[in-house]
Amino acid sequence: MADAVPVTMTVNGQRRQATVEPRKTLADFLREDCALTGTHLGCEHGVCGACTVLLDGDAVRACLLFAIQVEGADVTTVEGLTPTDGGLSPVQEAFREAHGLQCGFCTPGFVVSVTAFLRDHPSPSDQEIREGLSGNLCRCTGYQGIVNAVRLASGRE
Amino acid sequence: MKPAPFEYHGPEKVAEATALLRDFGDEAKVLAGGQSLVPIMALRLARFDHVVDLNRMGELRGIQRQNGTVRVGAMTRQAEVERDATVAEAVPLLARATPFIGHFQIRNRGTVGGSLAHADPAAEYPAVALALDAEFEVANSAGARSVPASEFFVSTFMTALAEDDILAAVRFPVWGERSGFAVEEVARRFGDFALTGAVCGVELDGDDRVTRAAIGMFGMGSTPLRAADAEAALTGSAIGDVDVEEVGRTATAASDPPDDIHASAGYRRKVGAVVVTRALRRAIEECRAIEEASGG
Repeated sequence: MADAVPVTMTVNGQRRQATVEPRKTLADFLREDCALTGTHLGCEHGVCGACTVLLDGDAVRACLLFAIQVEGADVTTVEGLTPTDGGLSPVQEAFREAHGLQCGFCTPGFVVSVTAFLRDHPSPSDQEIREGLSGNLCRCTGYQGIVNAVRLASGRE
Repeated sequence: MKPAPFEYHGPEKVAEATALLRDFGDEAKVLAGGQSLVPIMALRLARFDHVVDLNRMGELRGIQRQNGTVRVGAMTRQAEVERDATVAEAVPLLARATPFIGHFQIRNRGTVGGSLAHADPAAEYPAVALALDAEFEVANSAGARSVPASEFFVSTFMTALAEDDILAAVRFPVWGERSGFAVEEVARRFGDFALTGAVCGVELDGDDRVTRAAIGMFGMGSTPLRAADAEAALTGSAIGDVDVEEVGRTATAASDPPDDIHASAGYRRKVGAVVVTRALRRAIEECRAIEEASGG
């Protein structure tokens, strides 16, 4: 067994430190060591997108990064997207309004991906929205509500 | 779904990385963007005692134009290539192949060198590198060497890289002004690896004759393939006389594509010819548009 190693990073603006096995993924670090269980794990091999977080602002799969690789970096999870007064972010608000979720399992990954996507494409076409959503899987909604939510949110941000 | 335990190494210099690889031999694995390697480890398809992470090595990142080539550091992220103005202008085929790779979240981590060294025969970058005659800069503890793309891809997931080698950079030749490029592929879903795909480049002289033609195919064998016969038939011909459908058939005639649950070999050969034709047609259209713009 490889020795555990110390790792320090900033998560949602807070400094987090833990001693982890090198094989521990960023997703498991967030859930187990930071108790931030908003980051969900579906497939754990990079297909479903449920674990998407922002790493130094870029949307990435937290299951395909080892926590130790994130040493010194800045991570934002779905918990970090909500306003500090406890309300919803514009993207979350749009998901609620447009019925962009049913069971909610995939939703954190979608919300994080869409937040990054809209930052980079403030006025996306429908084709761009669909391509932007292609990296996240949802097994309940049939995606139409999610596409509508992105369209709705794009008008607000 | 968790990787087996390993010892982590995060060198900051190429010399440190190659020394680690020399010392650990086949017990070590190089980690680039991790978008293919980490799933392989999570599924326990492979396990390694040592992981040598290249992500801390700034010297392996960056894009420079030099001496008729564009040099792309192996650890340059695919997302950087996608939005780089130099690549878009000087190596359009590389820029245009990039959005076909996975999804934007994957391209934010995935690297140029990682995709090439992984050598999935259905991946886009290996076909681009092969078609454009890219040169691979390889480093190990004994020194550096250059490997042409034609010798780099050996078989499925196998390259000319030895256990103690790392891929440092890739140099893509810059073509002349009157050239056109296109990528076409057929995949089950957007972002999936292609069932079959083609990359094409065509360069014309002042008399509308083809001075250079490149056709690379992916998903059509155990490595990316170069359609040498079809390229030879194209080169020297007047662009107006080219039968693009015939070129597509010639390109795939000698291929021996895989037969799997996703598609039969016959399907791949048939559709492969069509994607070559489509890519070639678009590359030719682009050349002609340049001609009209400059002639107008």
